[in-house]
Order: sequence, then structure tokens, then C-alpha cells
Amino acid sequence: MLAGILVLLALLPLGANGYILGVLTTAFYFAVFAMSWDLLFGYAGEVNFGPTFLIGLGAYGAGMANALLHAPVPLAILIGAAAAVAGGVALAIPALRLSGPYLGLITLVAVLLLQQAIVIFAGVTGGEIGLSVPDVLSIDSGPNYEYALAFMAASGLVLTVIARSSLGMILQAAGQDRIAAAALGFNVTKHKIMAFAVSALFSGLAGAFLVFYLGTASVSAVVDIAIGVRVIIAAVLGGRRTIIGGAIGAIFLIVAGELLRPIGQLSTFVVALIALTVIVLFPDGLLGLLPARRGS
Amino acid sequence: MLALQILIDGFAISTLFALGALGFTLIFGVSGVLNLAHGGLLVIAAMIAWYVGTSLGYGADWGALAGLAACVAAALLTYLGVVRPIERSRAIPARERELFVLTATLLWGVMIEEALSYAFTNSPVTVKPLIGGTIDLFGVSTPINELLIAAIAWLAMGGLWLLVNRTRIGKRLLAASINPRGLTLLGFELGTIYLIVWLVYGALAGIAGVLLGSFLGSGSGYIPGLTGSAFTIVVLGGLGSVSGTLIAAYIVGYIETVTAYLISPSLRDVPALILLVVVLYVRPQGLLGRR
Repeated sequence: MLAGILVLLALLPLGANGYILGVLTTAFYFAVFAMSWDLLFGYAGEVNFGPTFLIGLGAYGAGMANALLHAPVPLAILIGAAAAVAGGVALAIPALRLSGPYLGLITLVAVLLLQQAIVIFAGVTGGEIGLSVPDVLSIDSGPNYEYALAFMAASGLVLTVIARSSLGMILQAAGQDRIAAAALGFNVTKHKIMAFAVSALFSGLAGAFLVFYLGTASVSAVVDIAIGVRVIIAAVLGGRRTIIGGAIGAIFLIVAGELLRPIGQLSTFVVALIALTVIVLFPDGLLGLLPARRGS
Repeated sequence: MLALQILIDGFAISTLFALGALGFTLIFGVSGVLNLAHGGLLVIAAMIAWYVGTSLGYGADWGALAGLAACVAAALLTYLGVVRPIERSRAIPARERELFVLTATLLWGVMIEEALSYAFTNSPVTVKPLIGGTIDLFGVSTPINELLIAAIAWLAMGGLWLLVNRTRIGKRLLAASINPRGLTLLGFELGTIYLIVWLVYGALAGIAGVLLGSFLGSGSGYIPGLTGSAFTIVVLGGLGSVSGTLIAAYIVGYIETVTAYLISPSLRDVPALILLVVVLYVRPQGLLGRR
């Protein structure tokens, strides 16, 4: 069924207009943000309130490499991803000592500090106005859409494989009882750092791709806490500890926000209300509503 | 001269920070809930006070009362409509309840923000001060309102201290924070105690919100920042520790004031954030945390 949906989505540019493709392109990158977040929270049990710290590092790393160093797009994306992985490992160090709300706060502070750093070093980062990059992936909405779809499918596949591998199992075990997992002989520290690095890698890649889709890197698009909140909501809304749930939640959120645009200012309110209702009444998210999963 | 100015301004700001964060730490201490809609409650109080007091023209005192009442009502709604359904839900495993409360209150805060900017305005407003005019304090011209704010804030905090330490209800709140199961076994209804603590929280947040609105102004865009400041202060002081919160509020308040006066107002929250990171690395439980 999943393969069928992907094929249908891949054929969409034949029939849909540029506006629909544009909305879905953004939604696909958002889906990768949410899936990477789910690996950290759903499996490793790490409360990361700062997904945009990793996304922002990837986005600005790639944007600055392209705008200042004139790196070609593929190289710039790799540089952005490397910056995000470095950030992810830096976040993993406090995560080894802190848990719950304390780690949540540290990750939140990391976002705020990144935001301030971007504003302070406005000379190289573009500051509050944003950094425009000279190159883009494509100027046509069709190819942009296909890039995003392929990237989302590949990321989802890799993340699902990782989550179902022994790494995912050990992460779950360590998330539930760290001492027991360590007593069974697993190197919890190594696995946690791995989880942060993998999550950061995909967040960073997605952030970098997004910059070359939008043509600009700005605080309000890739760093702002409001964006991070939407990533978390998407992952929990779709169904945590499923990876694919993140993608479903993200696409739902973005498309719902777009459909509700006619009611103007209140659209964010309604989306938040829907998400809150789902979280309170159906904690397993949209995926949990499917009859097949309810039985298992 | 500048030093005296920093001393006076910093004192007023810090006292407000302390009052604003106190309710947040109280709720966490007694019921283990981190309410990320905290900033929303503060701004509700200020916006209603502004609407009734200035927009409708009933005057500053009626405005302040209306703001306070609105904030208490909003706090009750937060508990009954958002927090309690999650705590009582059987579908949410206990291990993950904390994250669900965090996510749900975060969403609730977003809803408050959007509703306020839709119903009133999204540009910042200033609540009319209870008393206008300035006074000469050791050669620094200080608004009387600033002194009044500090006095009211300290009165409110004193009232909380009396409530917790000198009344039977307060003893129950204290007991609930130490051992909720023990309290239930003694025949006290935990639900009632949580309801009371949310009422007290609403009142504290209401007072803090109205005063903040008359000192710094208020608006729906302030909500994330206010929640962030309260979270920072409370974690810096140690989650659930009242005296830790007070100390942290003064540290953060003075650091911000000194930065704003001596370096640049746009950087005012940076040093406190760096301090927070350092403290959490060295001493994760905060200054006076009890973990």
C-alpha cells in the first residue's frame, strides 16, 4: 500500500498545478524533520525540544557554504549535513547526563543561542533578513517536487531500517531502563551518540535541501522555535515510535494549514486545536486510528 | 548614578520575574506539571486588564481585577481541559505522560496566542499603571508604579508563604508535593488539592501578568519569551524549589538589566542563557534543586 501511495505521489506532477506541488514539497521536507525527531524521542526517549537547532545548522551551513565559499550545491548540502552532525554530537553530550525537562531546556536554549548567533553575526549570516543563496535545486516546481519526494522516501526507508535494527532496539531498551541496558553489556553511550548523529544527519540534510528549494535561509523558516514546535506536534500527531507517523503528521499539518488558509488568522488556532484533541483523546496518533494497528 | 539606576530597575524587574516564575514552580512542585502555556496565562491577564481598563475605559483598578479573574479562569480551564484528561488517560503510559503534558500545554499556549491576537490585537499594549507619576529616589527619577509593582509582588509572595506554611490547606499542598500517595492514604482527595493549587497558580500568574503588562507592556507575541524566561529561571533555581526560584530570578533579572544598560538592549537575554547552559552542565539539578 505504501509503495502504491508513493507511486501515486510521484505521478502527481502530471496532473497537479504548481501551487499544490509547492505545498507538498515543503511538507515532504517537514516530514523528514519529524521522522528524524521521532528516532530521538520515540526510540531513544530523548526529549529534544530543539529540532530546529539541527535543522538550522544544516540549513545555514549549506547556505553559507554556497553563498560565501561558492561551493556547488551537492557539496554545500554535504557541508550543511556535516555541521548538523557536529551539532547533534554536541547535544548528545549533555543528553548523557541530563534527562526529561532538563535536556528539553538545554536543547531549547541551543536553539535560542543559535538564533542570537545568527542575528549577532549578521554580516555573514544575513541576520534577521535572511541569507539568499545564489544557486537553487531547480526553478521548476515539478523537479523540485520529485527531489523532495525521493529524498523523503529514501530518508524514511533508512530511518525505518535503523529504527528496526539492533540499534533501534538497544535505544528503546536504554530509553526505558538505562542501567539494565548497560548491564546487558550494551554500550549505551555509543548508541545514544549514534542516535543523535543519525537524527542530526537527516535533519541537517533536509534543512539544506529546503534552503536550496526556497533559495533563502532565514530564522523564521528554519530556526524559529515555532517551527520546532510544529515538528514535534507532527511527530506526536502522526504516531510516535513509528517513524512513518512523523511523515503522515507533517503532511497532515501542512496540508490542513493550507486548506484552512481561507479562515485567515484563525487557521493556526484550528490546527492547534485539532492536534490537541488528537493528542488528548488518541495518544497513539493518526496511525493509531488505523484498525490494523489497533489489534497489534 | 547609572549603578543606582541599574540597582532600582533591576530590583523591579527581578521581583516581577520571581513572581512570574513562582506559580510555575509551585505547579511543578505539587503536581509535577510543567505548564508550557504559562506565558499565555500571563498575557491573558495583561490583555484583559488592558481591554477592560483602557479600551472599555473602566479604569486601571477594575481592569486589573478583570485581568486577574480572567487569568484564574484560564488556569482552571488549562487544568480541567488539558492537563487532567492526560493525567487520567489510560491510553498514555505513565513514562510518557510528562512529554504529553509538555506537548499539550505547548499547543494550548499556541491556541491562546492565536486567540488573543485574533480577538484583540497583535501589537503590544501597555496596561495603565495603578498610580502614575514619578518620584525622586536618591537622585534617580523612578516611576511610582515601579515601586508599587515591587511592593505588590512581594506582598503576593508573602501571602503565598503564609498560605503554605501557616494554613491547613498549605500543609496539604506541601504534603502533596512530598508524597501524594501518603496523602491519599490519609483520606484526602488529591483532585481537590490539585484544583486548589491551580487556583492559587492562576491568581499568582494573574497578578504577575497585570504588573508585567503595566511595566514592560504585553502582547500575544510576548508569550513564547515569557514562558522561556519562567522555564529558565525555574530550572536555574532548581525545579520545585521556591527559594531557588527567588534567587535565580534576581540573578537573571540583574544580569539582564546590566547587559541592557552596559552592553546592548538587544543582547539582554544572551548572558543568562549561557549561564544556564553552564549551570546545567556543572550542576544539572540547578542551584537549589532537590534531586
